[in-house]
This record gives sequence, structure tokens and C-alpha cells, in this order.
Amino acid sequence: MKFQNKKVLGLVAGSVVLALAATGCGKGSGDGGGAAGGGGGSKATITFLPKNLGNPYFDTSDKGGANAIKEFGGTYSQVGPQDASPDGQAQYIDTAAQKHTDAIVMSANDPKALCDSVKSAQDAGTKVVTFDSDTGPGCRDLFVNQATAEGIATVEVDMIADQIGDAGEIAILSSTPNATNQNAWIEIMKKDLATNHPKIKLDEVAYGTDDDQTSFDKTASLLQKHPNLKGIISPTTIGIAAAARYLSTSDKKGKVALTGLGTPNQMRKYVTDGTVTEFALWNPEDLGYLAAYAAKALVDGDITGKKGDTFKAGKLGEFKVGDDQTVLLGDPFKFNKSNIGQFNF
Amino acid sequence: MTTQSPPEAVEAPVEFVAPSRLSASQRFVATVVRSREASIVLVLVLVIVAATIASPSFLFAETSWRDLLLTPSILMLLAVGQAVVVITRSVDLSVGSVLGLTAYLTGRLFVDTNLPIVVVALAAIALGAVLGMVNGLVVALARVPALVITLGTLYIYRGIVLSWAGSNRINASDMPDAFGRLGTQSVLGLPILFLVAVAVLVAVGYYLHTARGGREMYAIGSDPDAAVLYGLPVRRRVFAAFVLSGGLAGLAGVVYAARYGTISSSAGTGIELQAVAAVVIGGVAIFGGSGTVWGAAIGAILLVTINRALPIVGIPDFWQQALVGVLILGAIVLDRILAARRARILVEARDAQGATA
Amino acid sequence: MSTTTTTAGRTRDYPSYSRPLWWRIAFTRESAVIALLVGVLLWAIYGVLYFGTQLTMTFLFLDIAPILLIALPMTAVIVTGEIDLSVASVVGLSSSVLGLLVHHGWSVPLAALVCLVVGLACGALNGFLIAYVGLPSLAVTIGTLALFRGIAVGLLGTTAVTTFPSRWTSLAKAQIGSTGVPVIVIPIVVLAIVFTLLLHFSGFGRGVYDIGLNREAAEFTGVRVARTKFTLFLLTAAVSAFAGIYFTLRFSSSRGDNATGLELQVIAAVLLGGVSIFGGRGGLHGVIAGVLLIGALSSALRLLGVTVNVINIIIGLLLVASVVSTSVLAWISETSARRKNRGRRPSDLPQHAPPGVRTKEKEA
Repeated sequence: MKFQNKKVLGLVAGSVVLALAATGCGKGSGDGGGAAGGGGGSKATITFLPKNLGNPYFDTSDKGGANAIKEFGGTYSQVGPQDASPDGQAQYIDTAAQKHTDAIVMSANDPKALCDSVKSAQDAGTKVVTFDSDTGPGCRDLFVNQATAEGIATVEVDMIADQIGDAGEIAILSSTPNATNQNAWIEIMKKDLATNHPKIKLDEVAYGTDDDQTSFDKTASLLQKHPNLKGIISPTTIGIAAAARYLSTSDKKGKVALTGLGTPNQMRKYVTDGTVTEFALWNPEDLGYLAAYAAKALVDGDITGKKGDTFKAGKLGEFKVGDDQTVLLGDPFKFNKSNIGQFNF
Repeated sequence: MTTQSPPEAVEAPVEFVAPSRLSASQRFVATVVRSREASIVLVLVLVIVAATIASPSFLFAETSWRDLLLTPSILMLLAVGQAVVVITRSVDLSVGSVLGLTAYLTGRLFVDTNLPIVVVALAAIALGAVLGMVNGLVVALARVPALVITLGTLYIYRGIVLSWAGSNRINASDMPDAFGRLGTQSVLGLPILFLVAVAVLVAVGYYLHTARGGREMYAIGSDPDAAVLYGLPVRRRVFAAFVLSGGLAGLAGVVYAARYGTISSSAGTGIELQAVAAVVIGGVAIFGGSGTVWGAAIGAILLVTINRALPIVGIPDFWQQALVGVLILGAIVLDRILAARRARILVEARDAQGATA
Repeated sequence: MSTTTTTAGRTRDYPSYSRPLWWRIAFTRESAVIALLVGVLLWAIYGVLYFGTQLTMTFLFLDIAPILLIALPMTAVIVTGEIDLSVASVVGLSSSVLGLLVHHGWSVPLAALVCLVVGLACGALNGFLIAYVGLPSLAVTIGTLALFRGIAVGLLGTTAVTTFPSRWTSLAKAQIGSTGVPVIVIPIVVLAIVFTLLLHFSGFGRGVYDIGLNREAAEFTGVRVARTKFTLFLLTAAVSAFAGIYFTLRFSSSRGDNATGLELQVIAAVLLGGVSIFGGRGGLHGVIAGVLLIGALSSALRLLGVTVNVINIIIGLLLVASVVSTSVLAWISETSARRKNRGRRPSDLPQHAPPGVRTKEKEA
């Protein structure tokens, strides 16, 4: 028995030595590629990293990014986790750093959890641009925002106030509890309700985690829990689509107003059948397009991200960097029965 | 005074328990009331009553009543299939991935072809059965433990769905309206999808209770070695159990597509553990050989209803998973206590019989 | 007839020992996994761009650290024939508790200590129900999986704590000097040595294998079955709690649903490493190789741009292939042994009378 175990010990030692040797071999080769990422020019490799894959909103924005990259001759790739979690995203940031990608364009699942991976990527020479959902100043090179947070939040509150007669109970159906953009908008919504709409009461903020089935079930649960609910705001395209679908087959259709941020293609059916009167968004394709051009400007060295820098974004024109290294796309746009037929995204 | 033959004669059968003096119907009622399943029905009724007291619209509003029966339908189908597999002393962890794959197939068929609904549903069930067949072949022929194989196929099937779907998703508007309406229509106040689940439940329950194949499955789960020695077609039955589980998961995929409309590649993730939980809570012993599909179905309804009832009663729904865990542990401990008590009663009866003889 | 007794001493009894030593070592499951690992590493270093960098190794170890940590005690649990599906939930619970306490101003070391105690409590619950009450481990750990995960989610609610003192988060990702090897490897190596000694070189470890081979025989041999199983579940939960602390500090994120699904990855790696699900067979060298194999393969495929789904398919296929191959090999050796022994009369086979016993032949 003892004899046999000595062999086992030898095998253990052998495999440990082998593993260390293999990694030791790897240490020397290919190590000096640290700063090779910069100055890529027309061959810039840009990776899009949305909150999660399988989300039509991000499919559209990333398509815009792909178009932009095709225009200026770079290489496009899209990666992402299946569920909107920060640790899923961190792995992809690490992989991009390993591959010395020129730039990452991402929509962050968490403001702080990703900072360490972002810093390692930046140390490896990769430019990090956030769009749609930010990490924070100091934790990325540039943030491309679709509109000001105030603009987005107040337009949604205004729409629901219009639709329920400025009085009653409402609920919010959000995506994930940590998403930076969601929490920023919800904070402003709460303040706006307190100052400008005192007769409207916010019952609850529910989280559909940007998963269709969960959002669907959460809508059912909200309607169940609060029998006097008059309106739901869902500032996430997945949430509003799932909520509209549930609402349109329930006995609360027409009695509970639904608004928020949605894509025209997903919401068209519910606007025509009367479940939803009005909702808002911007053009995510333009957002992705702008973000890609911003990344290219950083990679080429045209801008450094400080306030006042200007760069050209293809067919969208010139953009200037504002406070906190942020670039604004424009204002949110309201969709309703009269104009929903004109859009295809 | 005794009219019994002397002990050496073989005519009088040895009786461990005296014949019941109740009538057939009284016996039936007594069996039902004292059954393991009755205890879960009791818990279910308590939960519904508590929720309805807190908010009457839980039971009485039209949509709530519909949701009460509709939402558990998917898990009911999975629980029935899982119960059959567990009764034969196996487990099937791949049902969630099978559901995702068949739901996506359903959506894809509707989008890309013009096939009628029935054909699409049959295709999904067939795909589920084929996927279950893979599990069944490896378990029955290669004698690999079911836990390991279904773990592997869980990864493989999920990977196939992700590769096939990519980041696409099927939207509710892509599917025919008639199919979407199936998800919400009711007949005589009962949702169609719920009736489908009940029909499956009755069919499988009847087969397990009366058909030879069904009884053999109980025997195999109870003692596989004895079953082999007795000459039962063990491999065939186990194979059939997995095919049934896969086919029912396929049907569950169709129901999922009808109910939720939007199908992404993450459909059904994690539902396999819920199916096993429903089965355990429903009284099916994890080592096989006992329990019924009725119990598993009621366990499934209980799980889903608790999820919906908790927020109404005031417990934040974050604690629901903890409650489910407590339920599972409680069910297992209860089953162990009941089994020990039953064994003790039988031993005592045997000893008492031996003492008086 | 006396010739059979004199040659009986030289013929070995167990057929397996009739093979030479090198054959016995080279043709085990563990060697196959180790060989596969070496093969994959060589292919990746020379065939995959950017794999052979220091950064890759760093990320590789950072990523597989939790799986490797938990796989060590999980091996022992599976060798006894039990299973523990609740490990990922203990990771999540430990993560929640750490986040909650740090959020309320506790220092990280003190909070970490509380997490370890919580882990021990979880392991005690599992161990008590499985070892002392005698409930089946599959069912119990499915229940505790839901229970612990539920408590983790319930404690934090919708909040996710993401502010941790940078001293500790950078420690979680720090490297030893400039070698690129993360600091977490030190506790991993220490625990690996401890578990190797425990499992392969101690009486406790022999007891573990005996329980897996035949529980009743082990009981009669004097192995304290219940106490051994209880200890193993305690260890598993404690190591899972430690992995939870590491996970939280590495991602700076304490969420109730952290590490969901981790238990399947751990079990897949352990089974790939040659441990039999029936118990009684397996070794830590195979398991460590199995975890490294899955980690290296995932890392290389990610660098090649292969998506997560294909990686999952490959891991699933590996798992199925490795387990099916055992059955196939066993069936092959069975049928070849049967074919070899066809036509042989029982008296041709070596007699195994133990030396010193007087048999009829000796007397004749």
C-alpha cells in the first residue's frame, strides 16, 4: 500500500511540476505586446460588449456600431454574457485585454464591480468606451449617453401622468437592481414625482432582470399585489414588451396604463390594439454608431476624452465631449399610434 | 372452536393485517385522506386561503384565476415526466435544456414555415422524445448513472440552443395569433393549457397505476437487482421512462412558447431543479419505487402558487426560494418518518401474529 | 496434484495485479486526463494566439480558483458515494453575508470569519441530515441548495454591495511578485496538499474509500461512517464559504445570485478527473487535472473567439465521453476475459488456497 502511494505522490508532484513548467514556458513568449494596441488607425479592432446577448435593443445598437466600423474600415466583434451580470461581463473585458483589442465599447451592468477589469484592460492599452449604461468617471475613457438622465426620466413621468390623469398609484418595472442607468433614472423619477406630481404614489419598484419570462411574471405579480394600480413605467425595452404582452391578455387592459422605453418593432402591436398609448426611446442604432466613432477617435489619438474635445462621427456630424467625459446623442423621442409605422428597429 | 386447518396445511394464507371491515368506498376515502398526497393538497389549500384572505382578487378575479391554473402547467408537465424517471431510481437533469430547445424549435417552425399548430406541436414533442432517447440509451445500455449523463446532456443541449439561436429571439408577434390565443383561452373556465397538463397527468397516472409497464417501473425503482433476477425488462422500462420525460419536456416547450410568447436561448434555464423539487415535495422517494405522479403534479402547483402567493401575504418574494428549500427538507424528513413508522407497524403486526399463532 | 499447490504461491490472485506497474499507472483514468491536459496546454500555447502570455495564466487561475477549491473536498464526498449540490449556494450565502457585514461597517477579516462560521453551520446541517438522520444526499442537498440560496437572496434583497476596501479587493487579484501567478494559488496549493494527505495518506482517507466501496463492510471494519461523512460535509461547506469570500472580493460584487450553477461545473470537473459517481474510486491528481483541463480549454476557446455555448457543448461531450468510456472499457475487458476463459475448465485456473491451509491435494 505504501509503495503504491509513493507512486501516486510522484504523479501529483509530476503534474504540478508539468503545469508550472508549461505556464513558465508561456511567460516569456509574447509578453511585450503591452502597448501594441494604440495607433491602429484604419485597422482598429473594436469589441462591442452589451449588458447581455439576446436583447433586441442591443442587437440594434451593435448593428449601428458594426455599420460605423465597416465605414471606417475597422474590425468588429460582439461578445456578451447570457445574463446581465457584472461577473459575466468582467470575463469578456479580461479576454479583450488578453487579445490586445484596440477598444471595448460596452454597456455596464454595474458601476463599480467592473472597474478593476477595466483598469487592467486600460493598462494593456485598450480604450474603454461606455454607452447606454455607464461605469463612472475614472473607470472608462469616454461615456456616450443617449440623452441626459433628467431628460429620459422626466419624459417618462410626464407620459404616465398624462395617461392616468396625474393622480393614482404607479409601479416601476426595472431591469437589474444594479444597472447604473436604471438606478440613475429611477432616482430622478422619484424626485420628479415628489416635487411635481404629489398626487401620484409610487407603490413599488420591481426587477425583471431583463429576462422576458421574469418580467412577464413580475407584471402579473404587480397587478395582483396592488389592485388599485393605475400605471406602470418600464424604462427597459424587455420589461415594457413583456408587460405589454401580459397586460394585453389580462382583464386590466385599458385600465392600467403602461409606458416607458421600448422599441417600435416590439411595441407596434400593443400600440395598435390600445394596450399602450405612448412610449419613448432614442435611436439605438445611432447610439451604437456614435459610440463606435468615439472609440475610433480615441484609438487614433484624435481625442483624449477631456472636456471640449471634438470629433466627427460619420453621417451624424460633429460631437463635443462634455462634463465627466460624456458625449450626448440627443433627446428622447416619443412614439405613439401616429408615428409608429415609420420606424423599423 | 377453530375451523382453521392445522398449520402444516397450505390452504389458509398467512395474514399479517386483518381484513378491513369497511366498505370499498369507505376504504377508498380512507386511503385518499391518509395518503401522502393529501398532505400536500392541504398545504396548497392553506396557501390559497391565506392569499385570498389577504387579497380576494387572488382567487376571484378572472385573470388571477386563469393565472393560478395556467402558470403551473409547464412545471406540471415536467414534474410528471420527472416523477416517472425518479420512480425508476434515476434522475433527469436535462429537461430544462430540452424545454429551451423545443420551445425555440416551435418558434422557429412558426416563423420559417407555414405548418399548422398541431404539426408544430407534434414536431416539438418528437424532438423532446429524441433528446430523451439519447439519455435513455446511454443510461440503459452503457449503464452510466443517470445523474452524470443528464448533467452532460444539460450542457450539450443548452449549448446547442445557444449556438442555434445566437442572440436572436423569437418574438410573440412572429407567431400566429391562434397559437398565442391558446396561451390564454379557457374552456368552461379552465385554461386550455391547464387541461392539456391534466390530460397528460391522468394518462400517465393511469398507466403507472394499472398497466404492467407502470407497475414494473415501480418494481425496478424499488429493487433493481431483484427486478433483473425476476426477469423484468429493466432496460426497456428505463429507456421508456427517459423517452417519456423528454417527450413531456418537449410538450412543455410548446406550452412555454404559447404562454410566454417570446423565446430566447435562456428559456428553461434552472427549471430542472424545480422539477426535481416538485417531485420530492410531492412524495416521490428519490430512491424510487414509491410515490405517484398526482403528488408530483400537486407539488408543482404548490411550488408555483407559493411563488405567487408570498408577495400578497406580505413576505417579500426574495424569501421564496428559502421557503421552497424548507419545504423540500420538510418533505424528505416527513417521508422518512412515515416510512419508518410504516415499517415499525408491519414488524409489530408480524411479531404479534407470530406471538398469537 | 501437488504441483498446483507449489505454484499457487507464485500466481497472483487478483487479475489486475497481473499487469506490470507501468501498465497499471499509464492506463488509468487519471493518466488519461493528465495526458489530455498536457496535450491541450501544448496545443494552446503553440496554436492559439495570445494564450502563451502571462496575462492568460493569471486570468486562468483567477477564474478557476473557486472551482478548484471546492473540487478538493467534493472529491472526498463523491468517493464516499454521496453528493453535495449545495456548494454554489454556500458560495452565494457567504458572498451575501460578507457584503452585508462590510456594508454595515464591519472590517473585512472579521466579516470573513463570520462567513466561514456560516459555512460551517451550513455544512453541519447537510452533514447532520445525511450522516446521522440517513436521508439521501441528492434530495437533501437539492433542498439545502434552495434554502441557502434563498437566504442569500433574502438577506440582500435587491441590493448588491459593490464597495469593498480596495486593500482586500486588490489582494484577491494580486500576484506573487512579478510571476503573474495570482496570490489565491497559495491557499489552493496549501489546501490541495492538506486534502491529498487527508485522502491518500491517512487512515481517515482509507476510511473514505472504504465507505464508498461498501458502507456496511466499512462500518464493521471500524470506520466511523457517520462521523466521517459529517466531517466531509463540514469541510465542503467551509471551503465553499472561503471560495465565496474570494469570489466576492475578486469581482468586488456581493450579490445573492453569485456563482449560480457553480456546483455543476465542480461536479463535471470532478467526474472528468476520474472519480466514479458510485464511490470508492478516484484521486485528487485526476481532479486537479480535470479542473485545469476545463479551465485551459475554456480560456483557449474564448481567445479563439468561440462562444460560450460551444465551450459548454465541448465540456458536456467530454464529460459524457469520459464516463461512457469507462463503461465501454469495462464491457470490453469483461467480454475479452469471457472469451479468453471459454473452454477452460475450472481446474485449469490457479487455485487460491492460502498458504498453510491443508488441502486435499497436499494430503494426497
